[in-house]
Parts: sequence; structure tokens; C-alpha cells
Amino acid sequence: MAVRIPSWAAQEEAPFWEGIARAELRVQGCTRCGRLRFPPRPFCPQCNWPDAVWRPMSGRASLWSFVIAHPPLMPPFAEIAPYNVIVAALDEDPRIRMVGNLLAAPGGAINEVKPDQIRIGARLMVVFSAGPGELTLPRWMYE
Amino acid sequence: MLQDRTAIAGIGETGFGKLLPTSEERLACEAIMSALDDAGIAPREVDGLCSYTMETTDATEVARNIGAGDITFFSQVGYGGGAGCATVGHAAMAVAAGQARVVVAWRSRKRSARSARIWASAAESVAVNGRWSRPWGLLRPADEIAMLARRYMHEYGATREALAEVALALRAHANRNPRAAMYARPLSREQYLNARWVSEPLCLYDCCLESDGALAAVIVSRERARDCRRPPVYIHAFAQAMPGQIFAMTNYFCDDPLRTPSFVAAKQLWSGEFAPADIKVAQIYDAFSPLILFALEGFGLCGRGEAADFVRGGKLRWDGGAVAVNTSGGSLSEAYVHGFNLITEGVRQMRGTSTSQVDGAQCCLVASAECVPSGALLLRR
Repeated sequence: MAVRIPSWAAQEEAPFWEGIARAELRVQGCTRCGRLRFPPRPFCPQCNWPDAVWRPMSGRASLWSFVIAHPPLMPPFAEIAPYNVIVAALDEDPRIRMVGNLLAAPGGAINEVKPDQIRIGARLMVVFSAGPGELTLPRWMYE
Repeated sequence: MLQDRTAIAGIGETGFGKLLPTSEERLACEAIMSALDDAGIAPREVDGLCSYTMETTDATEVARNIGAGDITFFSQVGYGGGAGCATVGHAAMAVAAGQARVVVAWRSRKRSARSARIWASAAESVAVNGRWSRPWGLLRPADEIAMLARRYMHEYGATREALAEVALALRAHANRNPRAAMYARPLSREQYLNARWVSEPLCLYDCCLESDGALAAVIVSRERARDCRRPPVYIHAFAQAMPGQIFAMTNYFCDDPLRTPSFVAAKQLWSGEFAPADIKVAQIYDAFSPLILFALEGFGLCGRGEAADFVRGGKLRWDGGAVAVNTSGGSLSEAYVHGFNLITEGVRQMRGTSTSQVDGAQCCLVASAECVPSGALLLRR
């Protein structure tokens, strides 16, 4: 699996990408009130405490919303359009949502699931797949 | 509260079009000088300048070109289409506070060239608000809003019919407005439903035009406005609005993603003499049609989740009997100039000079972009 922390990742975000490199979906959890937070940030939005631990998630989620992107788009996405982009809400706390793609198979492309087979509320499980470029990203399949 | 202590005394605009040969700088100055002429105020009296952080025409260039006097207030407002109303609002606050006496707010923009569009950027950019979305292919503003629109439709049972109501009402207004890019281009429900997708559930007609053009407004005190060439349009209330946990455009990561800035702006806006029930006409930022549904709910013109029912049957049309929205055609069908044309149309409604004039409206709501930190104005005649 490609291991890479994106060049644009902020300091607080690096542990997320280190987790992805180990095929582990992790989210910050406040060490005082326990609330999860994502995207990564220095302070808890609930209790303002600065310290957090990176908690491994189960990788189970439900589909919160989705779009099907059609051209005009920029490369490398233009060539594979139309494709899906989804938002997944994690089981551990449905307020923790992540943008992703729905795949038909673990190494599949983001344009393989038919749009009429995508349903809000559908059960999801995380997979880790390569691209664009050398980046590995968390993506999703139906459970 | 501003409470009518300041007024918009003049408005000006260039023509709108595609691939205008004129520079943004020259367009800006033409619009500003036109607004000053509309007010009957000499350019040398201008002592305040306010625009968007995304504005490329620098305040010093504007001051030099129009022959302004000494400038004692200058300011820029951030967040793209969220800035429009706040450029006027900041100008009004500066005048009310005695920091300046004649403030010009403006926006000049050339977006019609394909190379100027966001999706055409040569470099893959992952901006502050794109790090958690663009790597997965959520690239354009249309994609970002489509994600919220789909969730909205799911939560409240809205369908594309509601989006079509928005697009068709605004096109009908443009068809009555000779300045509108879509003046001569009627739109049918069938055309809407058969249009190509941009980002499902949004189709071509849910997305704004890409236009070149410039607009400006002149803000002065209530007393000064009464001596100007046109009837004053008073700034009754102004609000800026940023939900505390907002992510600009990609607002998927907070507790309540569909609680848009208008929910925040409403409290300040309705703290004066008017209530939502008084609104017969509104100009609401419409880079994408669902933003109008969000704002109708946020400002309390209908209940939360009720906008799809509220707009049914042509209720947004100038003669529709509910709330006439974007009576010049708005960003969907007049021109997309970062929403400044909504401000000038609000002024025309209060002067009684709109091409789709709403009879008897005592005030007009003007709102900047939902889904980014934003602002709103309540204008009154």
C-alpha cells in the first residue's frame, strides 16, 4: 500500500494519514469529555480541551449523502466522470462525517457503482484504496 | 442597530456579458461613476471604499481613477459570494459611526472565460476548505452544494420540482428584464427536467451563469440621502452571520449541516420594525437553486423543512402572491457578479423601478451566499 502523508496536511492532521497508511481509520477523541472530532483540530469543540488521543474506528458507517459529478471537470477526474462522491457518517458518532467514494470492489474505481444503486442510509464499511496519484484514501463499500 | 440612519443613494452597473473586452479595473470605475452620477454626488466627495477580498481592482486604483478625495475608510470582506451585503453593511456602519461620509461599495468580475472557472484551474489545489473533500473528487462549488442539497431533499422529502420552481421563477423574471443575460431565453419545465446534469441532483439550470460585469452602490447618511437625486433606500438592518462550527461550502462536519448562515442572520435582521411576514420581495443569493430554499427557511419566511411546499405553484414569482424572489433574474438568469446585482435590484424594488415591480412592498430582504460566512440587509423605502 502506498504510504504518504499529503504535502498539504496540517500538523494536526498527520496522525490521520499515518493511520490510513496502516489501513486504520482513526479519529481524534477528547481526553477530557471523550467527544470525537473530525476533521482534526487542536481543540475540542465541546469542552475546549486541547489534548486528544487517536481512536481507531470500526470502519462501519451509514451513507449520509452523495452526488454524481458530471463534466466539465479537471483532470484526472474528467476522464472517469460521471463518478460518485459520498459522505459517510460513522457508527461511533454519526456527527463524525467523512467525504469518500463508494466502490463496487476494494480496488475498484469511483465510477463503478450505478447511481441508482446508491441510497442514503445504506450501511457502509471502510476500505483503503489508492489514487489519485500516490495517495491512499479511505473509501467505502456496501457492508 | 443601523435603523435607517444610512441609505443607499445611488446604484450603478455596467452591461453584463460574456468575454467583455473591457478590463475589470475599467468596469469597476464605470460602475462606480455611474452610481455616483445616479446619486448626484461628485467623485471627489468619496471618502470610503469597500469591496470583496476576492476583488482584483485595488482600492487605490479605484480612488485614483474616479478622482476621489482623501479616503478615511477602506475595507474588504471575505468569503466570496458571502461578502456582498457586508460591503454595503460595513459602509453603512462606517457612515453611521462618522468614519466616512460617502462610501462606495462595488464588485467587478470577469468570470465568463472558461480559463477563469474554478474547475479549469491548471494546478490541483487543495485549499483550506478542500483538504477533506477535493482528494475524493468533490471539486467544484456545484459538487459541494449538491451534497447538501441531496441531504436536504432526503431529510425533508423535497424533490427536483422545488428546484425547478426556483429556476423557472427566476428565468421568468429575467424574461421581463432587458439587462438580463437570459432576457430572450424562456425556460420550460420540460427543458429543466431534461437538462444535462452538472452534479446530481443539480442540473445545468440549478447553476448560475458565468458573467462579466461590475456594479456599485453609494452609501451616505439619511440626511444626505434626502438631498440626493433619487429617493433614499434606507438600510434598516444589517447582519453578518457565521454559524460557530461552519465549514465554508463543505459544511458536512458540524452537528447541524443544514443550519445555514441565514438562521444566524435572522435574529439581528428581525430585531427592528419588520418581521418575516412583512417580506413581499427578497433578493437571495443563488449561485445554486437550493440555496434559496435554505435561505427561505433560515430567514423564517417559512418553517424549517417547508420550503419545497412554500415555493410550489409559482409562489416565488413577482406576481405569485407569496414572496417574489430575485426579481431581476438573479445569478441564475440575469448575471453572476458575486451577488451584487441582488443589492441593486433590492434598491430598484424600493424605488419602484424594477422590471418586475412588487406593489406595496415596504421593505426588501437582500441576502448573500448561504453555506459560507455571509451577510444580509433589510432595505426599506
